[in-house]
Amino acid sequence: MSIDKDTVKKVSRLARIRLTDEEMENFPGEIDGIMNWIEQLAEVDTDNVQPLTSVVDMQMQMRKDEVTDGDCRDAVLANAPETTEGFFVVPKVVE
Amino acid sequence: MTHLTDLTIKQALDAMEKGEFTSVELTQAHIDAMQAAQDLNAYIVETPELALEQAAASDARRKTGEAGLLEGIPMAMKDLYCTKGVQTTAASKILKGFKPEYESTVSQNMLNEGMVMLGKANLDEFAMGSANITSHYGDVINPWKRQGDDTNLVPGGSSGGSAAAVAARIAMGATGTDTGGSIRQPAAFCGITGIKPTYGRCSRWGIIAFASSLDQAGSFARTVEDNAIMLQAMAGHDPKDGTSVNTPVPNYREALTGDVKGLRIGVPKEYRVDGMPEEVLALWEKGIDWLKEAGAEIVEISLPHTKYALPTYYVIAPAECSSNLSRYDGIRFGQRIDEGGSLDDLYELTRGDGFGDEVKRRIMIGTYVLSAGYYDAYYNKARKVRQLIHNDFTDAYQKVDAILTPTAPSAAFGIGENTEDPVTMYLNDVFTVPASLAGMPGLSLPAGLDKNGLPLGLQIIGRPFDEETVFKVSGLIEEAAQFTAQPQMTASKRAA
Repeated sequence: MSIDKDTVKKVSRLARIRLTDEEMENFPGEIDGIMNWIEQLAEVDTDNVQPLTSVVDMQMQMRKDEVTDGDCRDAVLANAPETTEGFFVVPKVVE
Repeated sequence: MTHLTDLTIKQALDAMEKGEFTSVELTQAHIDAMQAAQDLNAYIVETPELALEQAAASDARRKTGEAGLLEGIPMAMKDLYCTKGVQTTAASKILKGFKPEYESTVSQNMLNEGMVMLGKANLDEFAMGSANITSHYGDVINPWKRQGDDTNLVPGGSSGGSAAAVAARIAMGATGTDTGGSIRQPAAFCGITGIKPTYGRCSRWGIIAFASSLDQAGSFARTVEDNAIMLQAMAGHDPKDGTSVNTPVPNYREALTGDVKGLRIGVPKEYRVDGMPEEVLALWEKGIDWLKEAGAEIVEISLPHTKYALPTYYVIAPAECSSNLSRYDGIRFGQRIDEGGSLDDLYELTRGDGFGDEVKRRIMIGTYVLSAGYYDAYYNKARKVRQLIHNDFTDAYQKVDAILTPTAPSAAFGIGENTEDPVTMYLNDVFTVPASLAGMPGLSLPAGLDKNGLPLGLQIIGRPFDEETVFKVSGLIEEAAQFTAQPQMTASKRAA
């Protein structure tokens, strides 16, 4: 499997990252090199091995289903690039 | 007279308790030193006014007999920890100007124990790097130099600013985070001591996420005991982090007995990698001898999947980062680039401009390995190998109580070296990544110098939640190594 320009373009769309021309030039080779190096994992026999989901042997804790936070609209909006009347502003998405 | 900036945390706490000086005096000395050392670029934001305010409040508390564990000690906070009202950037352009409305649990714990914050320490962008050369706010310079050579060296990464600040005596201690070695490797490169505790020991709440199954908060200081004091203040259960473990935090300083008699110390044969410099091997042997002389039993162990740890890490960490960093969308916080196009255009432009190269590469790899058709081949495969790596450690701990290894395969290198391709840089973390994948605690301490006069570190890895044994073994090695060398660029040397 090799990573070509088209793959990089497709993945950059999935990741919502606009790449510069220079990055479009460099990334295929670099990422291909990294993926080839990662390919060595295929040698490891992992039949009958479950994927690790947690390094610590613990039960997730349940908590009461109750409101513990809130009433902080201004704090939530404080760092937004653009707000109006208590809302985040985004480009129009519905015509 | 000893400069205030050369004291350890323990010495400063004792002296302030005796009334020899105040936190305001100690803090002012560090502020002066910090401002005289801006060439190191260890801080992204300095907070001298806040520090002096906190120091004055600390002096008042001490008078009433309510001194906390870190009472009046000036420290640097890695700029990955959200600090209320103080810019927090993760060294990324995308978060320039972001001022959190809340305080991370760990930094709050430290404030509760009387810490004084000098500023926010520089790091690799989103903690992705091993040399602190990916920060949007510039490279951090290691205060050490090779003998007779003025080349600027890297401090290691990602917590490079934290490590450089503590080594240069412009902070008495600093916080770090460690995902694959980001505390231990810079500690080694800067000739200081740093610990990554067990995954789950410190809350991750309010620490900007890189790879959530690996990220863990930890400390830097110039002695093992100072790290024990810091971790005591930082650690503890937090209901706001579902992976923070509800288990009591022992008294770490009490573990520093120096008595390692009868302890079994593992030496993994797979860590003797090709091309490792002779002096790194020699220092490892020295460490083994020190422990033997002190009555520990040295046991050769095998961690058979060691060689697969790095490629496993470079699937899992990017996968998690591609998910975690999806929140930087230009809507809720951080920068936005809007050229009047669609919402997708806004996302793409904002992220394309806001993230640096290494972050983009990792998001791309993560997105790729999680995408349809590759999820099993890469992501699930890596999680299975991770289980085998975890099993390696669990098996080893049937036979040993702790593990001794070098921290890094080399001393600090020059800025611009090791950048031919990304994989060369990744190899820096060959000895630290396995313990990260397994969630085990690891500490690095300086134990000797290489032929160029640069510090080299040894790493002690312990059982889950057994930081006490890690501290105990480290304390013994610290005592035996008598590492007293200091970097060329310390505060008191500049002042002289």
